[in-house]
Amino acid sequence: MRKIKKQKIYLLALLLPFILFVIGFEIGPLVAMIKNSFYADDGIQVTLNQYITIFKSEFYLQAIQNSLVISLISAVISVIVAVIVAYSFTKFSQKIKNRLLMITNMASNFEGIPLSFSFIILLGNNGLFTLLFSKIGGDVFADFNLYSWTGLILVYIYFQIPLAIMLIYPSYQGIKKQWKEASSLLGGSTLSFWLHIGIPVLLPSIVGTFSILFANSMGAYATAYALVGSNYNLLSLQIASLVASDVALKPQLGSALGVLLAATMIGAMWFNERMMRRIRRDLR
Amino acid sequence: MKSSLTFHKVIVGLLVIYLLIPLVGTFLFSIAGKWDHTILPESYTMKWYIELFQDERFFDAFRRTLFLIVMSVGLSVVIMLPTIFIITVYFSKWEGLLQAAAMLPYGIPPIVGAVGLIKVYSDGPIQIAGTPWILIGAYFITILPFMYQGIRNSLRTLNAVQLVDAAELLGATKFQAFRTVVFPNIISGILVSTLLSVALLFSEFAFANLLVGGRFETLQIYLADKLNSSGHLTSAIVITYYSMILLLTGTVLKLTFKNEKNPVGSNKKRILSFLKKHNCNKNTALEGEK
Repeated sequence: MRKIKKQKIYLLALLLPFILFVIGFEIGPLVAMIKNSFYADDGIQVTLNQYITIFKSEFYLQAIQNSLVISLISAVISVIVAVIVAYSFTKFSQKIKNRLLMITNMASNFEGIPLSFSFIILLGNNGLFTLLFSKIGGDVFADFNLYSWTGLILVYIYFQIPLAIMLIYPSYQGIKKQWKEASSLLGGSTLSFWLHIGIPVLLPSIVGTFSILFANSMGAYATAYALVGSNYNLLSLQIASLVASDVALKPQLGSALGVLLAATMIGAMWFNERMMRRIRRDLR
Repeated sequence: MKSSLTFHKVIVGLLVIYLLIPLVGTFLFSIAGKWDHTILPESYTMKWYIELFQDERFFDAFRRTLFLIVMSVGLSVVIMLPTIFIITVYFSKWEGLLQAAAMLPYGIPPIVGAVGLIKVYSDGPIQIAGTPWILIGAYFITILPFMYQGIRNSLRTLNAVQLVDAAELLGATKFQAFRTVVFPNIISGILVSTLLSVALLFSEFAFANLLVGGRFETLQIYLADKLNSSGHLTSAIVITYYSMILLLTGTVLKLTFKNEKNPVGSNKKRILSFLKKHNCNKNTALEGEK
């Protein structure tokens, strides 16, 4: 008996490095951030002022709103595209399917600073397409400015689409061919099949994917940083400039914004988890 | 019937073009000599690549990135392997806790993580803010979800608990059982998680920029810095960088293909498809039972 106990102590000692890392770089910083958000700028006084400041400041409310809007728009568009494209994927042979998934997978690595750079080459002031369109006389991009709201959304959508396809594609495999046959035997049209069977089966996975995409773009930083620097009022850019800039260091305010962002993200993730559970229950 | 297939071909074709345009555009730009007013470059050249490969700063940045990756991924394997093994086999009641700790980073973006890390390490007993060491810690946590999922799934498919029991019954010590029975069987799974982590850390910018910035210039920071200077040179960097990433993910896909014949998955997306795959498997099992 004593021998077993002794062995367990050795085993526990082997867990120590992991525990240290998790406390030092995960839980510790998280707790520090939450605690820090309840301090005044001097770091001594305990107060709710940082949160009050945020909710009274038009500037920070706008940052939050901008982040929410860009995340919502890019997630909605990407999900719609992904639902259509992933369905088209299912129409091809296994070999082509694998190739397509590989390309999608590859493109999903295309994000952050390199992606922003590519978009600057393509659509920037002297970009490929900008010049091309001005040459053939189309004024499509005359009013278009990559370093603006629309440009930002465009780039966000680009990096969201491959991810959305990868997430939605597997759920099409849950729709059995027999269901379609049964539906048409009973006199249902293609439309009524999708309306009454297809979409309801896909819905939890669509909503789940949506919440992941939403969280993904809420937390995105590198892409926006490379494209608009700090010229655009986004939540992630504001947090960065509050905690690590040379100009206006306000770590307590940054912490409070960080807490709000983390809460949104975890909320979205929790929602996704709920949706995944829905899927299982539905199919049971 | 035929016309509907054409429709799907068009959709998929459009998607592939859409996804590849930035890559192709950047590549063209990186080999373009003179390209001001024409649709395609007027002349082609390799000089941007030559210039890049003569730039000491590029190699320094590359070396620093490699150092960070080797340190954090190495640490992660060395620490996570025994941790997950011990908890799975001997302390299974703590599995939930381990899972929560391992999956938490997934819900917290680097931009939020950096806020707390700066707070903890800029003063107090351990002042490592601004040094590469804080990045190694941050990276360890960043890749935690992949490492956990990868190793955990390998152990599960292997039935590690029963295997260890059997080995111990036959007189092996715990360490022997792990080293000779479990480890050789999960090595390819670990390799996949490792390569995915490497690819992920190659593209990491947020932590690097916020925690150390220019004081320890990584590949991504170098890239961000070059963004506003020569466009051609920057394209050459981007293309070089993507070739490396493609090589890495290509290897991962090949390995995964060999293991499970299902090449779906990448970086953090991989976790999600893991989850979905599990669901699918469960469903088919359930249906089979009926």
